Amino acid sequence: MTVPAMLRDAGLAALVALALALPVVGIRTVDTGAVLGLDYRFGWVAIAVGIVFGGRLTALLLYDRLPRGPRRIRTKGLAGRSRTLVRYAAVAFIVFAAALPQLPFSDRYVVDTATQVLIYVMLGWGLNVVVGLAGLLDLGYVAFYAVGAYSYALLAKNFGLSFWECLPLAGAFAAFFGILLGFPVLRLRGDYLAIVTLGFGEMIRILLINWTTLTGGPNGLTSIPRPDFFGLAFTRSPAAGETAFHEFFGLAFSTQHRITFLYYLILILALVTGWAVERMRRLPVGRAWEALREDEIACQSLGINRTTTKLTAFAIGASFGGFAGSFFATRQGFISPESFTFIESATILAIVVLGGMGSQVGVVLAATVLVLLPEVFRDLAHYRMMVFGLAMVLIMVWRPTGFVTQRTPTVRLSDFTPDPGAAR
Amino acid sequence: MPGFPMLEVRGLHARYGAIEALRGVDIDVAQGEIVTLIGANGAGKSTLLMTICGQPRASAGSIRYEGRDIAGLATFEIMRLGIAQSPEGRRVFPRMTVEENLKLGATVADVKHYDADLARVYKLFPRLEERRAQRGGTLSGGEQQMLAIGRALMGRPRLLLLDEPSLGLAPMLVKQIFATIREINAAEGVTIFLVEQNAYHALRLAHRGYVMVNGRITLAGPASDLLANPEVRAAYLEGGH
Ligand SMILES: Nc1ncnc2c1ncn2[C@@H]1O[C@H](COP(=O)(O)OP(=O)(O)O)[C@@H](O)[C@H]1O
Ligand SMILES: [Mg+2]
Repeated sequence: MTVPAMLRDAGLAALVALALALPVVGIRTVDTGAVLGLDYRFGWVAIAVGIVFGGRLTALLLYDRLPRGPRRIRTKGLAGRSRTLVRYAAVAFIVFAAALPQLPFSDRYVVDTATQVLIYVMLGWGLNVVVGLAGLLDLGYVAFYAVGAYSYALLAKNFGLSFWECLPLAGAFAAFFGILLGFPVLRLRGDYLAIVTLGFGEMIRILLINWTTLTGGPNGLTSIPRPDFFGLAFTRSPAAGETAFHEFFGLAFSTQHRITFLYYLILILALVTGWAVERMRRLPVGRAWEALREDEIACQSLGINRTTTKLTAFAIGASFGGFAGSFFATRQGFISPESFTFIESATILAIVVLGGMGSQVGVVLAATVLVLLPEVFRDLAHYRMMVFGLAMVLIMVWRPTGFVTQRTPTVRLSDFTPDPGAAR
Repeated sequence: MPGFPMLEVRGLHARYGAIEALRGVDIDVAQGEIVTLIGANGAGKSTLLMTICGQPRASAGSIRYEGRDIAGLATFEIMRLGIAQSPEGRRVFPRMTVEENLKLGATVADVKHYDADLARVYKLFPRLEERRAQRGGTLSGGEQQMLAIGRALMGRPRLLLLDEPSLGLAPMLVKQIFATIREINAAEGVTIFLVEQNAYHALRLAHRGYVMVNGRITLAGPASDLLANPEVRAAYLEGGH
């Protein structure tokens, strides 16, 4: 790139910055007692524009090959170096996750955050079936999470069913909604599919807000039964005739018990999800999902039924969302439509994309990064989301196809020879 | 040579919206034959193969396979009757390995045949065995063509539809692929309906041939007759081979 071209490029960036900074930084409302006045801060605008201009120019000078359009895709990814690395990473993850609550630095906050990570890991693995494997862009995944959460809450409150009784039912309800969404979108792909699924997610949320008699509307549902440990409740003073967890085991009462229990619960749910998805990938149905993502026409010419293949992907992906939703409801003890907004769908999708579309290990990495980043930057207050966005941009510049770009073949070969052009 | 009728196409019409791509096509393929359909680009050859497979649907006419009318069936149902297609442009699954591609080809076959079928395909195309762990998208054009044919064979078809297997391949490779097609027909008894623009090679390989122009069959007969026909020579063979 020539110097005038760089100047032009930096100028363009500065122009964009100006357009953004004028309303955002330049004008501030001030409370002058009676009326709301305006305060103009054009100095700050100038500084912002200057920083962008200078920053862009420096970046261009440092290396005039900032990513533009398609670029060389790395073949050596985290997993690209060695296939076994992925397996070790998986084992290390499971061991670490199982030991986490016992580690010296673990306190309530750590376990709570780890639980949050695992919820997203589970959701990511579930959505991975639809987006990563079957290649169907779904922007309304949160709907199934919501269906699962409300199913559990309503069944447990109204019929007194236990968590383990509700879990399969919640999964089945979510799967049913998955099929409900699947039917009208059978013929859609890409952008069009994304728009319809986005609308579906919103429809479910709006339904939850307005069906007040069943869902409690915007107020949500409160005092949802909390989970117990095989009939042992996590309470200081159990109801007459019942035994509490700490009494049974002769421990002093601690709120930490329930938190640790919830952590292990989601760990088991997530591991079962990951195991099931990995198994399904090697079954004919899973292979058909991936084939459908690769080439729909070739798929049909091999006798694969497109309709059932897509519907099973939607249904199975949705049921994992439903399981996670049940867990969410029992963990929170309170749910409302607020928890199931589009931003949740976007976050889960970001986890799948960042993880590398279809990679199970990638989802774990991405979920960890996406949950931990905002936590780490909590002290930055307002700037937290800005740093978060910046981090996302940097990750996509560094790894345009996600953390783990290599797809693990589903057919085992005894005398396996590594494939030179492995990624994509 | 010809056995019982395997494929009978009568007065077949098919359209894409307002465009009528097939305008009354009659084709017969008998069990055990290699029949070729030649024609210029855009004549409607691929459309005929796709219509046999149910996409697009026939707007008029009939398609009988082993005596049964299949024109109303869904694509995946048709492909489960013993028909397989190596489609135009090969369409191998790019991110999947050679062996996964072949495994997907076996979707409609009984799993108990899988190992034997895989060995059979690797014997026909030793090249594929060397590349079994390589991704479909990174294969060369010739290897992709072998994979597309091998994948179709994994479904244990009695009728194999091939759409321009020679497209974009070096002459040496074309010879090799055509020799393998002959072997599939002779040794395994698979009936073959071959669509080609490479008229010379196709007519040398086939028992009978059809010529298609603008969605209609204009000539039909034994391949050797078509090869000697001045019209065919002028339109499809001059400057060829
Ligand atoms: N998917 C499609 N949509 C609309 N028109 C098509 C489509 N596929 C083929 N056609 C048209 O149908 C005619 C026949 O095409 P095709 O069967 O591909 O010819 P060939 O295989 O003989 O080259 C052409 O005019 C082509 O433009
Ligand atoms: Mg064609």
